[in-house]
Amino acid sequence: MKMMSIALMGLLVLATAPFAAAQQIQAAGATFPAVIYQKWFEEYRKLHPDVLVNYQSIGSGGGIAQLTSGTVDFGASDMPMTDAQIAKLKSHPLHFPTVMGAVVPTYNIPGVSQDLKFTPQTLAAIFLGSIKKWNDSQLAKDNPGVKLPGAEIVVVHRSDGSGTSFCWTDYLSKVSPEWKSKVGASTSVNWPVGLGGKGNEGVAGLVKQQPNSMGYVELAYAVQNKLAYGDVKNAAGNFVKADLASVTEAAAGAAKEMPADFRVSITNAPGKKSYPISTFTWLLIPSEIPDAKKAATIKALLAWMLADGQKFAAGLWYAPLPKEVVAKEIKQIAQINAGKK
Amino acid sequence: MATPLVIDASLAKPPRQTGDTVARLLTMAFAASILLVTFLLVFQLWNTSALARHKFGLAFLWTSEWNPVTEEFGALPFIYGTVVTSAVALLISVPVGLGSAIFLSEMAPAKLSNALTFLIELLAAIPSVIYGLLGMFTVVPLMRSYVEPFLKKTLGFLPLFQGTIFGVDFLTAGLVLSIMTVPFIISVSRESLLAVPREQREAALALGATRWETTWQIVVPYAKLGILGSVFLALARALGETMAVTMVIGNDPKIHASLLAPGYSIASVIANEFSEATGDLYQSALIELGLVLFFLTIVINALARVMIIATTRKGSKRA
Repeated sequence: MKMMSIALMGLLVLATAPFAAAQQIQAAGATFPAVIYQKWFEEYRKLHPDVLVNYQSIGSGGGIAQLTSGTVDFGASDMPMTDAQIAKLKSHPLHFPTVMGAVVPTYNIPGVSQDLKFTPQTLAAIFLGSIKKWNDSQLAKDNPGVKLPGAEIVVVHRSDGSGTSFCWTDYLSKVSPEWKSKVGASTSVNWPVGLGGKGNEGVAGLVKQQPNSMGYVELAYAVQNKLAYGDVKNAAGNFVKADLASVTEAAAGAAKEMPADFRVSITNAPGKKSYPISTFTWLLIPSEIPDAKKAATIKALLAWMLADGQKFAAGLWYAPLPKEVVAKEIKQIAQINAGKK
Repeated sequence: MATPLVIDASLAKPPRQTGDTVARLLTMAFAASILLVTFLLVFQLWNTSALARHKFGLAFLWTSEWNPVTEEFGALPFIYGTVVTSAVALLISVPVGLGSAIFLSEMAPAKLSNALTFLIELLAAIPSVIYGLLGMFTVVPLMRSYVEPFLKKTLGFLPLFQGTIFGVDFLTAGLVLSIMTVPFIISVSRESLLAVPREQREAALALGATRWETTWQIVVPYAKLGILGSVFLALARALGETMAVTMVIGNDPKIHASLLAPGYSIASVIANEFSEATGDLYQSALIELGLVLFFLTIVINALARVMIIATTRKGSKRA
């Protein structure tokens, strides 16, 4: 019996040997891109079997916190880091946009099956509580031919902090000065009206159940769960329904004026076909990585994700990056460990 | 020939075995470790909430604003939500639980009683997330479509039942909590009622009391301590319940008089906002909320102790 248990232990130790030889990279952060990141790390492992990336989707705030405390090799966030957060890090974090997402207005009005059209003003007013009923004159004007009921609008927002809320409130802050002064933009805000649902699933669940309600969810989520969502008027004045092409268009539109560090919000971007409520999601890579071998692996992984990896994005309903942005990012990869050989 | 009984002086004090000493120290260490963990918990909560405590002071307890953008935080809506949902939960679960316990201990045949008790104790073992899902997909639509419109129509003159009907509100959260706490009340109360000696019941019946009079006036008061204990156990669960509440309460950090309005509880806001809380003050404020919940629980448990001591003293005076 004793010999058996010793032999078993020996086998277990030997079994871990291949893992011991692998390049282990720790990462943590945003939940929105977790699906595509897991796919990428899996696909990359097929090409390079010795590279094992362990990604924990604990939220953007958690990712930034772990990066600051040094427990992960790189982080991921749906919101660019603030100057205050960057100041806390020993080595300056480089922001790499990886994919794009969009936030769409979803609604449940019994009897209305058409796509509703929303302008920035109506969206802000609904979420501020100034437009209270569906048959309000502004909504009726933008949606001729749709019979809107006289019922009260039940607003649904996120109860947990999230990059989706940041994108939504950032857009509203840009298009509505009243929203900007009263509420502001952040992953978590003091919502003037509405019920809170936890996660995209919470918001979608509440909207589905509550007649005459309206909320906001990730595009990928809306499509996969076949939710009705409306068109939004973009900066060029066209009503655009969110899809992968219009989201990529938004980044292309913003590419010309993009800051060198990629810490930019692309909501309300210029461009005829841009979807106005789009956002990047970033990987946060320290500019100084002490372990040279790890640095080389991370650089190669990044280059792959920005080039070959992008073809996996559309299948999972993430919008791929436009070529102009990818070209700029490839140049930024060279900044990792730039001072070292 | 009788051997004389020799009493050795050393026998007067029993010899201490090493095993006994070790056992005593080990079990003392275990008991002490629980106290140590509790102390460390309070210490940690106190320390990490220091930033928020210094900024807001005691006013944190009665401020209503919860704004992560301007970094103004106040605990009042959450304290209100926690207290109201727990009160509603108890108002529903105590009569139902006590009534069921009385039925199971006094009136049901033994086989039925045992079978039902087993099923009820299974209810207590169901994870709270499942109750949350049950609440969201079954209870909320029922409340929204049938129960709440009915309440609004009949009792709408009371400020408690006014306002738009959402389905997710204090009332629904209280109802889901009551479903979760009822098994505790039933199982512990039933045990207490069964523990009442037969002589008490027989004496009452012999004096001419009816079955119901015996139960209500003799058996239940005798088992009062156990029943009260079960109620406070239920209350403790209701105060701290997180996932089930956050799915059905509406998550709106405002104070409304109506039970049909959405609200927020302390445990829910911590679960929702902590992982993405950016900024030291924000995190500190959430931890201070945890501290507030901790003290709220202690205060309520202390009141429970006081009430139990008072009733015991009254009981012993009567005896």
